[in-house]
Amino acid sequence: MQLAGVHKRFGEVHALDGIDLEIAAGEFVSLIGPSGCGKSTLLRVVADLEQPTSGTVQVGGKTPHQARLDQDYGIAFQQAGLLEWRSVVENVELPLHVHGVDKATRRARATELLELVGLAEFAGSRPSELSGGMQQRVAIARALAPSPRLLLMDEPFGALDEMTRERMQAELLRIARETEAAVLFVTHSIPEAVVLSDRVVVMSPRPGRITEVVTGERPGPDQDVDDVRESGAFFAAITAVREALRKGHG
Amino acid sequence: MTRAVPGAAGVDAGPRRGARGFAAVWPPVAFGVGALVLWELLVRLLGVPAFLLPAPSAIAEQVVAQFSVMLSTASVTGGNALVGLVAGFLLGVVLALLAARSRVFGELVTPVVLAASAVPIVALSPVFTTMYGSATETPRRLVVTVVVTVPVFVATARGLRQVRPVHDELMTALAATPWQHARFVRLPGAVPHIMTGLRLAAPASVIASIVAEYFGGLQNGLGSRITAAAANTAYARAWAFVAASIALGLLFHLAGLLLERLVTRRRTA
Repeated sequence: MQLAGVHKRFGEVHALDGIDLEIAAGEFVSLIGPSGCGKSTLLRVVADLEQPTSGTVQVGGKTPHQARLDQDYGIAFQQAGLLEWRSVVENVELPLHVHGVDKATRRARATELLELVGLAEFAGSRPSELSGGMQQRVAIARALAPSPRLLLMDEPFGALDEMTRERMQAELLRIARETEAAVLFVTHSIPEAVVLSDRVVVMSPRPGRITEVVTGERPGPDQDVDDVRESGAFFAAITAVREALRKGHG
Repeated sequence: MTRAVPGAAGVDAGPRRGARGFAAVWPPVAFGVGALVLWELLVRLLGVPAFLLPAPSAIAEQVVAQFSVMLSTASVTGGNALVGLVAGFLLGVVLALLAARSRVFGELVTPVVLAASAVPIVALSPVFTTMYGSATETPRRLVVTVVVTVPVFVATARGLRQVRPVHDELMTALAATPWQHARFVRLPGAVPHIMTGLRLAAPASVIASIVAEYFGGLQNGLGSRITAAAANTAYARAWAFVAASIALGLLFHLAGLLLERLVTRRRTA
Protein backbone atom coordinates (compact mmCIF):
# COMPACT_ATOMS: atom_id res chain seq x y z
CA MET A 1 0.00 0.00 0.00
CA GLN A 2 1.42 3.35 -1.04
CA LEU A 3 0.51 6.98 -0.55
CA ALA A 4 2.45 9.78 -2.24
CA GLY A 5 1.94 13.50 -1.70
CA VAL A 6 -1.66 13.08 -0.54
CA HIS A 7 -3.55 16.28 0.27
CA LYS A 8 -7.13 16.48 1.41
CA ARG A 9 -9.18 19.63 1.85
CA PHE A 10 -12.75 19.89 3.10
CA GLY A 11 -13.66 23.33 1.81
CA GLU A 12 -11.48 25.69 3.84
CA VAL A 13 -10.18 22.98 6.13
CA HIS A 14 -6.84 21.52 5.17
CA ALA A 15 -7.06 18.01 6.65
CA LEU A 16 -4.05 16.25 5.14
CA ASP A 17 -0.89 17.93 3.97
CA GLY A 18 1.53 15.99 1.79
CA ILE A 19 1.30 12.51 3.24
CA ASP A 20 3.86 9.97 2.00
CA LEU A 21 3.47 6.53 3.49
CA GLU A 22 4.16 2.99 2.44
CA ILE A 23 3.08 -0.21 4.16
CA ALA A 24 4.78 -3.51 3.32
CA ALA A 25 2.95 -6.82 3.14
CA GLY A 26 2.27 -8.17 6.63
CA GLU A 27 3.39 -4.93 8.29
CA PHE A 28 1.46 -3.41 11.20
CA VAL A 29 1.40 0.40 11.10
CA SER A 30 -0.40 2.65 13.58
CA LEU A 31 -1.48 6.23 12.99
CA ILE A 32 -1.48 8.37 16.10
CA GLY A 33 -2.05 12.06 16.64
CA PRO A 34 -4.28 14.62 18.33
CA SER A 35 -8.02 14.68 17.61
CA GLY A 36 -8.83 16.15 14.23
CA CYS A 37 -5.33 15.60 12.84
CA GLY A 38 -6.73 13.71 9.88
CA LYS A 39 -5.63 10.19 10.81
CA SER A 40 -9.14 8.83 10.26
CA THR A 41 -9.37 10.81 7.04
CA LEU A 42 -6.13 9.22 5.89
CA LEU A 43 -7.55 5.76 6.56
CA ARG A 44 -10.77 6.69 4.75
CA VAL A 45 -8.78 7.86 1.74
CA VAL A 46 -7.10 4.47 1.58
CA ALA A 47 -10.54 2.83 1.90
CA ASP A 48 -11.94 4.96 -0.95
CA LEU A 49 -14.52 6.43 1.43
CA GLU A 50 -12.95 9.87 0.80
CA GLN A 51 -11.24 11.15 -2.33
CA PRO A 52 -7.84 12.87 -1.94
CA THR A 53 -7.73 16.43 -3.25
CA SER A 54 -4.34 15.67 -4.78
CA GLY A 55 -1.65 13.00 -4.65
CA THR A 56 -1.74 9.32 -5.51
CA VAL A 57 -2.86 6.31 -3.52
CA GLN A 58 -2.28 2.70 -4.45
CA VAL A 59 -3.59 -0.37 -2.66
CA GLY A 60 -1.82 -3.52 -3.79
CA GLY A 61 -0.98 -1.86 -7.10
CA LYS A 62 -4.60 -0.80 -7.74
CA THR A 63 -6.51 2.42 -7.25
CA PRO A 64 -8.38 2.50 -3.92
CA HIS A 65 -11.62 2.44 -5.91
CA GLN A 66 -10.70 -0.81 -7.66
CA ALA A 67 -9.39 -2.25 -4.39
CA ARG A 68 -12.73 -1.47 -2.74
CA LEU A 69 -14.70 -3.08 -5.56
CA ASP A 70 -12.47 -6.16 -5.32
CA GLN A 71 -12.76 -6.25 -1.51
CA ASP A 72 -8.98 -6.20 -1.26
CA TYR A 73 -9.15 -4.64 2.18
CA GLY A 74 -11.15 -5.40 5.29
CA ILE A 75 -12.35 -2.58 7.49
CA ALA A 76 -13.39 -2.23 11.14
CA PHE A 77 -14.77 0.93 12.71
CA GLN A 78 -14.95 2.22 16.28
CA GLN A 79 -18.50 0.91 16.43
CA ALA A 80 -18.81 -2.78 15.63
CA GLY A 81 -21.78 -1.89 13.41
CA LEU A 82 -23.20 -5.40 13.35
CA LEU A 83 -26.59 -5.91 11.71
CA GLU A 84 -28.79 -6.79 14.67
CA TRP A 85 -31.31 -8.74 12.56
CA ARG A 86 -28.60 -11.17 11.45
CA SER A 87 -27.06 -13.86 13.60
CA VAL A 88 -23.38 -13.59 14.50
CA VAL A 89 -22.28 -16.02 11.79
CA GLU A 90 -24.46 -14.25 9.20
CA ASN A 91 -22.79 -10.96 10.13
CA VAL A 92 -19.38 -12.47 9.46
CA GLU A 93 -20.68 -13.77 6.12
CA LEU A 94 -21.90 -10.33 5.03
CA PRO A 95 -18.91 -9.30 2.83
CA LEU A 96 -19.03 -12.68 1.06
CA HIS A 97 -22.80 -12.45 0.75
CA VAL A 98 -22.41 -9.04 -0.92
CA HIS A 99 -19.90 -10.55 -3.32
CA GLY A 100 -22.21 -13.38 -4.29
CA VAL A 101 -20.26 -16.24 -2.70
CA ASP A 102 -22.49 -19.31 -2.38
CA LYS A 103 -24.00 -20.12 0.98
CA ALA A 104 -22.03 -23.27 1.83
CA THR A 105 -18.66 -21.64 1.08
CA ARG A 106 -19.38 -18.46 3.02
CA ARG A 107 -20.76 -20.39 5.99
CA ALA A 108 -17.61 -22.54 6.10
CA ARG A 109 -15.38 -19.45 5.93
CA ALA A 110 -17.39 -17.59 8.59
CA THR A 111 -17.30 -20.59 10.93
CA GLU A 112 -13.52 -20.78 10.50
CA LEU A 113 -13.19 -17.06 11.29
CA LEU A 114 -15.41 -17.30 14.37
CA GLU A 115 -13.05 -20.00 15.61
CA LEU A 116 -10.12 -17.69 14.90
CA VAL A 117 -11.64 -14.93 17.07
CA GLY A 118 -12.75 -17.47 19.70
CA LEU A 119 -16.50 -17.05 19.26
CA ALA A 120 -17.41 -20.33 17.55
CA GLU A 121 -20.02 -21.15 20.19
CA PHE A 122 -21.87 -17.86 19.55
CA ALA A 123 -22.38 -18.44 15.81
CA GLY A 124 -26.16 -18.66 16.16
CA SER A 125 -26.51 -15.83 18.71
CA ARG A 126 -27.85 -12.36 18.04
CA PRO A 127 -25.33 -9.49 18.24
CA SER A 128 -27.33 -7.93 21.10
CA GLU A 129 -26.54 -10.97 23.26
CA LEU A 130 -22.79 -10.25 23.02
CA SER A 131 -20.63 -7.89 25.07
CA GLY A 132 -18.96 -4.90 23.41
CA GLY A 133 -15.61 -6.68 23.15
CA MET A 134 -17.21 -9.76 21.63
CA GLN A 135 -19.12 -7.63 19.11
CA GLN A 136 -15.86 -5.99 18.08
CA ARG A 137 -14.29 -9.43 17.60
CA VAL A 138 -17.20 -10.33 15.32
CA ALA A 139 -16.57 -7.10 13.39
CA ILE A 140 -12.91 -8.08 12.98
CA ALA A 141 -13.91 -11.56 11.80
CA ARG A 142 -16.26 -9.88 9.31
CA ALA A 143 -13.42 -7.64 8.07
CA LEU A 144 -11.29 -10.74 7.54
CA ALA A 145 -13.96 -12.69 5.64
CA PRO A 146 -12.74 -11.93 2.09
CA SER A 147 -9.15 -12.85 3.18
CA PRO A 148 -7.89 -9.29 2.61
CA ARG A 149 -4.19 -8.53 2.36
CA LEU A 150 -4.85 -5.25 4.15
CA LEU A 151 -6.87 -4.58 7.26
CA LEU A 152 -7.99 -0.99 7.96
CA MET A 153 -8.98 -0.33 11.56
CA ASP A 154 -10.35 3.00 12.78
CA GLU A 155 -10.05 3.03 16.58
CA PRO A 156 -11.70 -0.38 16.83
CA PHE A 157 -11.02 -0.66 20.57
CA GLY A 158 -11.80 2.97 21.43
CA ALA A 159 -15.09 2.16 23.14
CA LEU A 160 -13.80 -0.75 25.23
CA ASP A 161 -12.63 -0.74 28.83
CA GLU A 162 -8.90 -1.04 29.53
CA MET A 163 -8.88 -4.74 30.49
CA THR A 164 -10.91 -5.81 27.48
CA ARG A 165 -8.80 -3.57 25.32
CA GLU A 166 -5.54 -5.25 26.34
CA ARG A 167 -7.05 -8.67 25.70
CA MET A 168 -8.27 -7.53 22.30
CA GLN A 169 -4.80 -6.21 21.45
CA ALA A 170 -3.31 -9.63 22.16
CA GLU A 171 -6.07 -11.22 20.04
CA LEU A 172 -5.42 -8.84 17.16
CA LEU A 173 -1.68 -9.54 17.25
CA ARG A 174 -2.36 -13.27 17.03
CA ILE A 175 -4.89 -12.78 14.20
CA ALA A 176 -2.56 -10.50 12.24
CA ARG A 177 0.21 -13.07 12.60
CA GLU A 178 -1.98 -15.98 11.52
CA THR A 179 -3.54 -14.17 8.55
CA GLU A 180 -0.28 -12.38 7.58
CA ALA A 181 -2.38 -9.35 6.62
CA ALA A 182 -0.94 -5.86 6.71
CA VAL A 183 -2.74 -3.58 9.16
CA LEU A 184 -3.29 0.18 9.15
CA PHE A 185 -4.50 1.01 12.64
CA VAL A 186 -5.80 4.38 13.84
CA THR A 187 -5.66 4.95 17.59
CA HIS A 188 -5.56 7.59 20.33
CA SER A 189 -3.63 5.39 22.70
CA ILE A 190 0.15 5.57 22.76
CA PRO A 191 0.71 2.20 24.53
CA GLU A 192 -1.73 0.54 22.14
CA ALA A 193 0.13 1.90 19.12
CA VAL A 194 3.51 0.83 20.53
CA VAL A 195 2.56 -2.69 21.56
CA LEU A 196 0.81 -3.51 18.27
CA SER A 197 2.95 -1.89 15.64
CA ASP A 198 6.07 -2.41 13.60
CA ARG A 199 5.98 1.33 13.00
CA VAL A 200 4.08 4.12 14.76
CA VAL A 201 3.32 7.05 12.47
CA VAL A 202 2.96 10.24 14.51
CA MET A 203 0.89 13.04 13.00
CA SER A 204 0.71 16.74 13.77
CA PRO A 205 -2.44 18.77 14.45
CA ARG A 206 -4.30 20.09 11.41
CA PRO A 207 -3.18 20.29 8.67
CA GLY A 208 -2.19 16.67 9.26
CA ARG A 209 1.45 15.92 8.47
CA ILE A 210 3.62 12.99 9.40
CA THR A 211 6.04 14.43 11.93
CA GLU A 212 7.89 11.29 12.88
CA VAL A 213 7.89 7.51 12.49
CA VAL A 214 8.80 5.60 15.65
CA THR A 215 9.70 1.91 15.65
CA GLY A 216 7.09 0.00 17.62
CA GLU A 217 7.51 -3.01 19.89
CA ARG A 218 5.28 -5.52 18.10
CA PRO A 219 6.01 -8.89 19.74
CA GLY A 220 7.54 -11.64 17.62
CA PRO A 221 5.92 -15.10 17.30
CA ASP A 222 7.67 -16.45 20.42
CA GLN A 223 7.20 -13.31 22.53
CA ASP A 224 4.46 -12.76 25.11
CA VAL A 225 2.53 -9.46 24.81
CA ASP A 226 2.51 -8.93 28.55
CA ASP A 227 6.29 -9.30 28.70
CA VAL A 228 6.56 -6.63 26.01
CA ARG A 229 4.24 -4.36 28.02
CA GLU A 230 6.64 -4.57 30.95
CA SER A 231 9.88 -4.21 29.00
CA GLY A 232 12.17 -1.19 29.04
CA ALA A 233 12.10 -0.96 25.24
CA PHE A 234 8.30 -0.61 25.41
CA PHE A 235 8.51 2.35 27.78
CA ALA A 236 11.32 3.88 25.75
CA ALA A 237 9.15 3.69 22.61
CA ILE A 238 6.20 5.23 24.48
CA THR A 239 8.44 8.11 25.54
CA ALA A 240 9.66 8.53 21.96
CA VAL A 241 6.06 8.70 20.63
CA ARG A 242 5.06 11.15 23.36
CA GLU A 243 8.05 13.38 22.55
CA ALA A 244 7.14 13.26 18.86
CA LEU A 245 3.55 14.22 19.62
CA ARG A 246 4.71 17.15 21.76
CA LYS A 247 7.09 18.32 19.02
CA GLY A 248 4.22 18.16 16.55
CA HIS A 249 2.32 20.62 18.70
CA GLY A 250 5.23 23.06 18.23
CA MET B 1 -74.27 -3.35 37.88
CA THR B 2 -70.87 -4.76 38.55
CA ARG B 3 -68.77 -2.61 40.79
CA ALA B 4 -65.07 -2.83 41.41
CA VAL B 5 -64.19 -4.19 44.83
CA PRO B 6 -61.81 -1.66 46.41
CA GLY B 7 -58.29 -3.03 46.56
CA ALA B 8 -59.09 -5.86 44.16
CA ALA B 9 -56.79 -4.40 41.55
CA GLY B 10 -53.89 -4.89 43.94
CA VAL B 11 -54.42 -8.65 43.97
CA ASP B 12 -52.91 -9.00 40.51
CA ALA B 13 -49.42 -9.67 41.86
CA GLY B 14 -49.89 -13.42 41.37
CA PRO B 15 -46.85 -15.15 39.87
CA ARG B 16 -48.83 -16.97 37.19
CA ARG B 17 -49.19 -15.31 33.82
CA GLY B 18 -52.83 -16.43 33.57
CA ALA B 19 -53.71 -14.69 36.82
CA ARG B 20 -52.06 -11.48 35.65
CA GLY B 21 -53.80 -11.69 32.28
CA PHE B 22 -57.14 -12.00 34.04
CA ALA B 23 -56.35 -9.04 36.29
CA ALA B 24 -55.57 -6.93 33.21
CA VAL B 25 -58.71 -8.03 31.38
CA TRP B 26 -61.47 -7.91 33.96
CA PRO B 27 -61.70 -4.13 34.60
CA PRO B 28 -62.51 -3.18 30.98
CA VAL B 29 -64.83 -6.20 30.64
CA ALA B 30 -66.64 -5.25 33.84
CA PHE B 31 -66.87 -1.66 32.63
CA GLY B 32 -68.30 -2.75 29.28
CA VAL B 33 -70.87 -5.06 30.87
CA GLY B 34 -71.81 -2.34 33.36
CA ALA B 35 -72.28 0.19 30.57
CA LEU B 36 -74.53 -2.23 28.65
CA VAL B 37 -76.66 -2.89 31.75
CA LEU B 38 -76.97 0.86 32.40
CA TRP B 39 -77.87 1.45 28.74
CA GLU B 40 -80.61 -1.24 28.89
CA LEU B 41 -82.03 0.18 32.11
CA LEU B 42 -82.05 3.76 30.83
CA VAL B 43 -83.79 2.81 27.58
CA ARG B 44 -86.46 0.80 29.42
CA LEU B 45 -87.06 3.10 32.36
CA LEU B 46 -87.06 6.34 30.37
CA GLY B 47 -88.88 4.81 27.37
CA VAL B 48 -86.29 6.08 24.85
CA PRO B 49 -87.76 5.69 21.34
CA ALA B 50 -86.00 3.08 19.16
CA PHE B 51 -84.98 5.56 16.43
CA LEU B 52 -83.04 7.45 19.06
CA LEU B 53 -81.44 4.48 20.78
CA PRO B 54 -82.56 0.84 20.73
CA ALA B 55 -81.96 -1.29 23.81
CA PRO B 56 -78.95 -3.64 23.79
CA SER B 57 -81.30 -6.59 24.19
CA ALA B 58 -83.14 -5.61 20.98
CA ILE B 59 -79.81 -5.25 19.16
CA ALA B 60 -78.67 -8.65 20.47
CA GLU B 61 -81.92 -10.17 19.16
CA GLN B 62 -81.12 -8.79 15.73
CA VAL B 63 -77.55 -10.09 15.94
CA VAL B 64 -78.91 -13.59 16.49
CA ALA B 65 -81.57 -13.25 13.79
CA GLN B 66 -79.22 -11.78 11.20
CA PHE B 67 -76.17 -13.83 12.10
CA SER B 68 -75.73 -15.63 8.77
CA VAL B 69 -76.27 -12.41 6.80
CA MET B 70 -73.82 -10.73 9.11
CA LEU B 71 -71.16 -13.33 8.43
CA SER B 72 -71.57 -13.11 4.65
CA THR B 73 -71.61 -9.28 4.57
CA ALA B 74 -68.71 -9.08 7.01
CA SER B 75 -66.70 -11.44 4.83
CA VAL B 76 -67.38 -9.21 1.79
CA THR B 77 -66.40 -6.04 3.64
CA GLY B 78 -63.50 -7.76 5.36
CA GLY B 79 -62.37 -9.26 2.06
CA ASN B 80 -62.35 -5.83 0.40
CA ALA B 81 -60.46 -4.40 3.36
CA LEU B 82 -57.90 -7.22 3.18
CA VAL B 83 -57.35 -6.91 -0.57
CA GLY B 84 -56.97 -3.13 -0.26
CA LEU B 85 -54.73 -3.54 2.79
CA VAL B 86 -52.36 -5.90 1.01
CA ALA B 87 -52.33 -3.80 -2.18
CA GLY B 88 -51.88 -0.53 -0.27
CA PHE B 89 -49.18 -2.07 1.91
CA LEU B 90 -47.17 -3.28 -1.08
CA LEU B 91 -47.68 0.01 -2.90
CA GLY B 92 -46.64 2.03 0.15
CA VAL B 93 -43.47 -0.02 0.72
CA VAL B 94 -42.46 -0.02 -2.95
CA LEU B 95 -43.06 3.72 -3.35
CA ALA B 96 -41.07 4.44 -0.18
CA LEU B 97 -38.22 2.22 -1.42
CA LEU B 98 -38.15 4.03 -4.76
CA ALA B 99 -38.37 7.40 -3.04
CA ALA B 100 -35.38 6.48 -0.86
CA ARG B 101 -33.49 5.16 -3.87
CA SER B 102 -33.89 8.16 -6.16
CA ARG B 103 -34.02 11.73 -4.92
CA VAL B 104 -35.91 12.96 -7.95
CA PHE B 105 -38.54 10.27 -7.58
CA GLY B 106 -38.74 10.96 -3.84
CA GLU B 107 -39.35 14.65 -4.40
CA LEU B 108 -41.98 13.84 -7.00
CA VAL B 109 -43.89 11.18 -5.15
CA THR B 110 -43.72 12.27 -1.51
CA PRO B 111 -45.99 15.35 -1.86
CA VAL B 112 -48.42 13.35 -3.97
CA VAL B 113 -48.74 10.59 -1.38
CA LEU B 114 -49.04 13.10 1.45
CA ALA B 115 -51.69 14.98 -0.50
CA ALA B 116 -53.53 11.68 -0.91
CA SER B 117 -53.77 11.53 2.89
CA ALA B 118 -55.79 14.74 2.75
CA VAL B 119 -58.26 13.33 0.22
CA PRO B 120 -61.44 12.33 2.04
CA ILE B 121 -62.41 8.85 0.89
CA VAL B 122 -65.96 10.19 0.67
CA ALA B 123 -64.78 12.24 -2.28
CA LEU B 124 -63.13 9.30 -4.04
CA SER B 125 -65.78 6.68 -3.60
CA PRO B 126 -68.46 7.91 -6.08
CA VAL B 127 -65.76 8.74 -8.62
CA PHE B 128 -64.31 5.23 -8.52
CA THR B 129 -67.83 3.78 -8.71
CA THR B 130 -68.55 5.62 -11.96
CA MET B 131 -65.10 4.72 -13.27
CA TYR B 132 -65.32 0.99 -12.66
CA GLY B 133 -69.07 0.44 -12.59
CA SER B 134 -71.25 -0.45 -9.65
CA ALA B 135 -71.16 -4.20 -10.26
CA THR B 136 -67.58 -4.82 -9.11
CA GLU B 137 -65.69 -4.68 -5.83
CA THR B 138 -62.86 -2.72 -7.47
CA PRO B 139 -63.95 0.82 -6.46
CA ARG B 140 -64.11 -0.05 -2.77
CA ARG B 141 -60.80 -1.90 -2.88
CA LEU B 142 -59.22 1.12 -4.54
CA VAL B 143 -60.51 3.41 -1.80
CA VAL B 144 -58.98 1.11 0.84
CA THR B 145 -55.71 0.97 -1.11
CA VAL B 146 -55.43 4.76 -1.13
CA VAL B 147 -56.21 4.95 2.58
CA VAL B 148 -53.64 2.26 3.46
CA THR B 149 -50.82 3.42 1.17
CA VAL B 150 -50.33 6.71 3.02
CA PRO B 151 -49.47 5.52 6.56
CA VAL B 152 -47.41 2.61 5.21
CA PHE B 153 -45.48 4.94 2.90
CA VAL B 154 -44.81 7.45 5.68
CA ALA B 155 -43.72 4.79 8.18
CA THR B 156 -41.53 2.97 5.66
CA ALA B 157 -39.90 6.17 4.42
CA ARG B 158 -39.10 7.10 8.02
CA GLY B 159 -37.66 3.65 8.70
CA LEU B 160 -35.53 3.74 5.56
CA ARG B 161 -34.06 7.10 6.56
CA GLN B 162 -32.96 5.81 9.96
CA VAL B 163 -29.96 3.86 8.79
CA ARG B 164 -27.03 4.04 11.20
CA PRO B 165 -24.11 5.87 9.54
CA VAL B 166 -21.75 3.00 10.40
CA HIS B 167 -23.93 0.62 8.38
CA ASP B 168 -23.90 3.01 5.42
CA GLU B 169 -20.10 3.22 5.59
CA LEU B 170 -19.81 -0.52 5.89
CA MET B 171 -21.94 -1.21 2.82
CA THR B 172 -19.96 1.38 0.86
CA ALA B 173 -16.68 -0.19 1.96
CA LEU B 174 -18.02 -3.60 0.91
CA ALA B 175 -18.85 -2.18 -2.54
CA ALA B 176 -22.50 -3.21 -2.17
CA THR B 177 -24.83 -2.31 -5.03
CA PRO B 178 -27.74 0.02 -4.21
CA TRP B 179 -30.08 -2.96 -4.34
CA GLN B 180 -27.91 -4.94 -1.88
CA HIS B 181 -27.75 -1.87 0.30
CA ALA B 182 -31.57 -1.83 0.40
CA ARG B 183 -31.90 -5.58 0.88
CA PHE B 184 -29.21 -6.10 3.53
CA VAL B 185 -29.45 -2.90 5.55
CA ARG B 186 -32.19 -0.42 4.74
CA LEU B 187 -35.16 -2.74 4.44
CA PRO B 188 -34.44 -4.99 7.45
CA GLY B 189 -33.65 -1.88 9.51
CA ALA B 190 -36.99 -0.37 8.52
CA VAL B 191 -39.05 -3.47 9.35
CA PRO B 192 -40.20 -2.30 12.81
CA HIS B 193 -41.38 0.99 11.28
CA ILE B 194 -43.10 -0.80 8.41
CA MET B 195 -44.93 -3.07 10.84
CA THR B 196 -46.07 -0.07 12.87
CA GLY B 197 -47.44 1.45 9.67
CA LEU B 198 -49.28 -1.79 8.91
CA ARG B 199 -50.75 -1.93 12.42
CA LEU B 200 -52.08 1.63 12.06
CA ALA B 201 -53.40 0.92 8.57
CA ALA B 202 -55.21 -2.33 9.44
CA PRO B 203 -58.27 -0.89 11.30
CA ALA B 204 -58.31 2.09 8.91
CA SER B 205 -58.75 -0.35 6.03
CA VAL B 206 -61.98 -1.66 7.60
CA ILE B 207 -63.30 1.87 8.16
CA ALA B 208 -62.52 2.78 4.55
CA SER B 209 -64.12 -0.41 3.28
CA ILE B 210 -67.36 0.25 5.21
CA VAL B 211 -67.64 3.97 4.47
CA ALA B 212 -66.99 3.34 0.77
CA GLU B 213 -70.13 1.19 0.72
CA TYR B 214 -72.26 4.17 1.76
CA PHE B 215 -71.84 5.68 -1.70
CA GLY B 216 -73.40 3.21 -4.08
CA GLY B 217 -71.97 0.14 -5.72
CA LEU B 218 -72.71 -3.45 -4.73
CA GLN B 219 -75.11 -3.85 -1.78
CA ASN B 220 -73.42 -6.89 -0.27
CA GLY B 221 -71.34 -5.51 2.58
CA LEU B 222 -71.77 -4.34 6.18
CA GLY B 223 -71.93 -0.66 5.24
CA SER B 224 -74.74 -1.11 2.76
CA ARG B 225 -76.69 -3.17 5.34
CA ILE B 226 -76.38 -0.36 7.87
CA THR B 227 -77.76 2.24 5.41
CA ALA B 228 -80.48 -0.14 4.23
CA ALA B 229 -81.64 -0.98 7.77
CA ALA B 230 -81.58 2.66 8.87
CA ALA B 231 -83.56 3.69 5.78
CA ASN B 232 -86.16 1.03 6.63
CA THR B 233 -86.46 2.30 10.21
CA ALA B 234 -85.06 -1.05 11.42
CA TYR B 235 -82.91 0.71 13.96
CA ALA B 236 -81.99 -2.30 16.08
CA ARG B 237 -80.87 -4.10 12.92
CA ALA B 238 -78.76 -1.11 11.86
CA TRP B 239 -77.12 -1.16 15.27
CA ALA B 240 -76.54 -4.89 15.01
CA PHE B 241 -74.57 -4.34 11.81
CA VAL B 242 -72.69 -1.48 13.46
CA ALA B 243 -71.72 -3.97 16.18
CA ALA B 244 -70.52 -6.38 13.49
CA SER B 245 -68.47 -3.57 11.93
CA ILE B 246 -66.87 -2.87 15.29
CA ALA B 247 -66.05 -6.56 15.66
CA LEU B 248 -64.49 -6.62 12.20
CA GLY B 249 -62.44 -3.50 12.92
CA LEU B 250 -61.22 -5.01 16.19
CA LEU B 251 -60.30 -8.22 14.39
CA PHE B 252 -58.12 -6.31 11.92
CA HIS B 253 -56.61 -4.22 14.70
CA LEU B 254 -55.70 -7.31 16.72
CA ALA B 255 -54.33 -9.11 13.67
CA GLY B 256 -52.13 -6.09 12.89
CA LEU B 257 -50.96 -5.89 16.49
CA LEU B 258 -50.18 -9.61 16.59
CA LEU B 259 -48.24 -9.47 13.33
CA GLU B 260 -46.20 -6.50 14.58
CA ARG B 261 -45.42 -8.27 17.86
CA LEU B 262 -44.45 -11.50 16.12
CA VAL B 263 -42.10 -9.81 13.68
CA THR B 264 -40.40 -7.55 16.22
CA ARG B 265 -40.10 -10.33 18.78
CA ARG B 266 -38.44 -12.64 16.30
CA ARG B 267 -35.85 -9.96 15.62
CA THR B 268 -34.89 -9.17 19.18
CA ALA B 269 -35.02 -12.76 20.44
